[in-house]
Amino acid sequence: MSLESAMAIAAEPQDLIEGATGKWEIVIGLEVHAQVLSQSKLFSASATAFGAEPNSQVSLVDAAFPGMLPVINRFCVEQAARTGLGIKGKVNPVSVFDRKNYFYADLPQGYQISQFTQPIVTGGEIILDLPEGQSKTIGVTRLHLEQDAGKSSHDLHATKTFVDLNRSGIALMEIVSEPELRSPEEAAAYLRKLRSILRYLGTCDGNMEEGSLRCDANVSVRKPGGEFGTRCEIKNVNSIRFVSQAIQYEARRQIEILEAGGTINQETRLYDSARGETRAMRSKEDAHDYRYFNDPDLLPLELEPGWIESLKSALPELPDARSDRYVHDYGLSPYDARVLAAEQEFSAYYEAALTSGATVQRDPKIVANWMTSEVFAVLNRLNLEISQSPISAAHLGELVDLISDGTISGKIAKEVFQAVIDGEGSPREIVESRGLRQVSDSGAIEAAIDSILAANPDKVAEFKSGKDKLFGFFVGQAMKATAGKANPAMLNDLLKKKLT
Amino acid sequence: MTKLTELTITAALLGLKTKQFSAAELVADHSAAIIASRSLNAFITETLDSAAERAKISDQKYAAGTAGVLEGIPLGYKDLFCTKGVLTTAASHILDGFKPPYDSTVTARLDAAGSVMMGKLNLDEFAMGSSNETSFYNAVTNPWRRRSDPNTPLVPGGSSGGSASAVTAEMVMGATGTDTGGSIRQPAAFCGLVGFKPSYGRCSRWGVVAFASSLDQAGPMTRSVADAALMFEVMAGFDPLDSTSANLPVPDTRAAVASTDLKGVKIGVPKEYRIDGTNPEIIAMWEEGVRWAKAAGAKILEVTLPHTKYALPTYYVIAPAEASANLARYDGVRYGLRVPAASLDEQYEATRAAGFGAEVKRRILIGTYVLSAGYYDAYYRKAQQVRNLITRDFTEAFTKVDLLLTPTAPSSAFAIGDKTMDAVTMYLNDVFTVPASLAGLPAISIPAKLDSAGLPLGLQLIGRAFDDAMVIRGAAVLEKSAGFTHRPHSIAG
Amino acid sequence: MSLNQDDVKKVARLARIKLPAEAIPAMITELNGIIKFVEQLQEVDTKGVEPMVRVVTMPLPMRDDRVDYPNLQREVLSNAQEADIAGNRGRYFVVPKVVE
Repeated sequence: MSLESAMAIAAEPQDLIEGATGKWEIVIGLEVHAQVLSQSKLFSASATAFGAEPNSQVSLVDAAFPGMLPVINRFCVEQAARTGLGIKGKVNPVSVFDRKNYFYADLPQGYQISQFTQPIVTGGEIILDLPEGQSKTIGVTRLHLEQDAGKSSHDLHATKTFVDLNRSGIALMEIVSEPELRSPEEAAAYLRKLRSILRYLGTCDGNMEEGSLRCDANVSVRKPGGEFGTRCEIKNVNSIRFVSQAIQYEARRQIEILEAGGTINQETRLYDSARGETRAMRSKEDAHDYRYFNDPDLLPLELEPGWIESLKSALPELPDARSDRYVHDYGLSPYDARVLAAEQEFSAYYEAALTSGATVQRDPKIVANWMTSEVFAVLNRLNLEISQSPISAAHLGELVDLISDGTISGKIAKEVFQAVIDGEGSPREIVESRGLRQVSDSGAIEAAIDSILAANPDKVAEFKSGKDKLFGFFVGQAMKATAGKANPAMLNDLLKKKLT
Repeated sequence: MTKLTELTITAALLGLKTKQFSAAELVADHSAAIIASRSLNAFITETLDSAAERAKISDQKYAAGTAGVLEGIPLGYKDLFCTKGVLTTAASHILDGFKPPYDSTVTARLDAAGSVMMGKLNLDEFAMGSSNETSFYNAVTNPWRRRSDPNTPLVPGGSSGGSASAVTAEMVMGATGTDTGGSIRQPAAFCGLVGFKPSYGRCSRWGVVAFASSLDQAGPMTRSVADAALMFEVMAGFDPLDSTSANLPVPDTRAAVASTDLKGVKIGVPKEYRIDGTNPEIIAMWEEGVRWAKAAGAKILEVTLPHTKYALPTYYVIAPAEASANLARYDGVRYGLRVPAASLDEQYEATRAAGFGAEVKRRILIGTYVLSAGYYDAYYRKAQQVRNLITRDFTEAFTKVDLLLTPTAPSSAFAIGDKTMDAVTMYLNDVFTVPASLAGLPAISIPAKLDSAGLPLGLQLIGRAFDDAMVIRGAAVLEKSAGFTHRPHSIAG
Repeated sequence: MSLNQDDVKKVARLARIKLPAEAIPAMITELNGIIKFVEQLQEVDTKGVEPMVRVVTMPLPMRDDRVDYPNLQREVLSNAQEADIAGNRGRYFVVPKVVE
């Protein structure tokens, strides 16, 4: 997409920031570094496991010993191509690796092998799920493969920086968005959707705390519809919430400077989450001249169109397609559909709850409602992941079956649900052990109604003289008499008959 | 009686097989020669003790009938090849104390074939030079002297100067070299040796300290074409650890080495190599080479390589550019020299200022400059385009001929200190060798004759990419025609 | 084109090679000698000519995603002039403190 078309994208009115001189618009582009979920590194055969002892997963290639040479990992190439296809980008039949030259303690080669002029993937899009079922499509400029650097620790010693090269050489996919995001919320929605796609594809675990997904944000501000302002790059923000906060802070900082008549320096900044501020990075003050050139140790990466096509046809269903399917096939609301499709684990749970152990078709809407209300509420309350849910998908399905076949009422179902959470067994077992089976025997219900009517002749008279509201009173009394187990529909029908 | 150190590898292998002498004796004699010729400064590190131990194993292998193809042969390795546990310096201060925990693929293959490493040979620092004078471990001396001026020490050529000197002085039977723009062929010519740069991709670059990755190629330096072919067959071969390694079978060079004629072979004489001002003795030697080829049955054709003139400037953009990145890893953090300073950047600057010599610094700075913003297109990209044209010239010529015959170097060996004042004058030494490097072609230098000063001159044969066998065939035949048996006075005694 | 003092300083800084002030004039001369030499390339008509990065024409070979490396911590750290190898903080390469 061209710069003009990116510039033409306007923020929603509520996303504009009110400054002293009027409204401002935030312009954001994100560069995401997603670690490829591979066993070994991009150009060497050393391991990638997180949390290993420092410098225990370092090959001589990763530590840039003299004469060491890179050999590329086929799996990493495949995952980058799949990710490109997953975001609807074009996988290029030929791409090349370049050396990006700069000195840093955790960059042993003195250059990073990256892709500059010819990335493996060009173009693509991410559809943002915005509040109230709204959506917005953000262009992806490119995705390229590159090596990660090592990790410098500045706080282990008073005067020294300690360098761990375990991360050095791990495969990263750098995914660059167009500058089309216009609010911190959109940036967060972009990251959530991208992470979801990566996880669906299984190409990256999306774990921001462990650094396997990292985000740099390019932030500038402008008067609505005006020219883009000078941008600052905020480096390595390690949670989606912090990305939003950093952008919010940075935009306000820039507006204050501009409104005071100042100018923005194009610079790299660091987000300090403890203080909620961004600050200029001292180590990045030097003028950059990366002197990119083709890495002569590597050859052009050539991918067969047929191979790319086969990867494409083998892609799993991705979140957007899945939520569309939930809307069209299951009749879910777009909101519910997106919530359930947002995380692969959610939709896996949902689909298991729909089918696991089912002898009859379960109503997708009822299952969805139970999941988005009751299950999510429990998870929130107990601060659990869906994978740790105290009620299994199969049990949720069973519970819905018990409601659908009239064994229990919706009200009783909530009691059963809680009992399952409390570990009392399966819904069916709980219904039996607690004797919660709904009374659908018309004789028993009739008997209960008769005794209620007999005990309240005055109320019956009032009702018959037109006090319709008393119907609820009779229902309540009858329910009480059956300990809540009366089939509500039957009770209603029988009561109506008796009172007319 | 012939001393063991005078033998070719081929002759020594026969002697070992037929039990005329033992590997222990062979190695002991070479150790003695190494000690006797220390004044040449050919070695940076001698490994004579481990060599003696290795020789015993070789003798056991001969006894057991499990000898490798180079079993018991004393070799030297240019100190650009990493050797496990043995100091590896690239002749640079910046690799002070560096002991690699690995062997280069090429030297590992030689070791596996039973050869005996006698030590690590001197070179121009990071292979940047044409005279071996840029070494942190000081200049190497050529065993040859001018007849009229026997007291002036001459350079052995470079960058594989220690290799050339050691093989010439019969300290080792063969040596590994590396050739980026002529670093095997030019010193071979200066020392009266055979120096073979195989096609780019034949010998793995894994474990060889990199200078310019798209040009670097390892090869043998020996006292005969047959020896070079023998070493080449061991050194070459696909290596999955080098992405630019050619996945092709190594050619069997026995027939090529045994060739006695060049019937049916078309040899091109590139007219652009007749550079104005070239030493007439070089031209005469070249013309003699052409006559030998013709007499051997080759058809001689004049060919044109129009962009020859631009090969050197192309090389002196591309090689430094690649080197500027390849040498960025020498930063004092993980190995080698460190000059401590208060900040990381100051430490880098101090370490690299102290660790690199003048020529290496020049090339890093030029390389950095031609890649930097605003100059990339004018220099680096332009040079890559011209490289393409130079390669096309060769491709075109090789539609008409099978080999090209040229001089190896524009002069014979010069005196130490003669050309160190001006970098560009030194660069002109590589005028005949650089074009084949840019095109990745196999090329060999063989000793042709002595000039009027009594110094060896070399002839170069260049072949089609991966037609290494044809180059060896041409060299084997011309070697017979030349009948070069001269030895430096100091060695012949 | 030729390099001036600022160019040389900039290039030396990019390459992290300290050049003392007194060494700069000589370096300018030397580098300009080389630049003048390579300037000949400008004579060549390269319109439409692809830049040639390498002589190898095969596609990039790829390896399988297998961990095939022992823990080389000791070997990797053994050549370092300064490494924290004893401490209970782990084994690290050590450099002067960097302020981010």
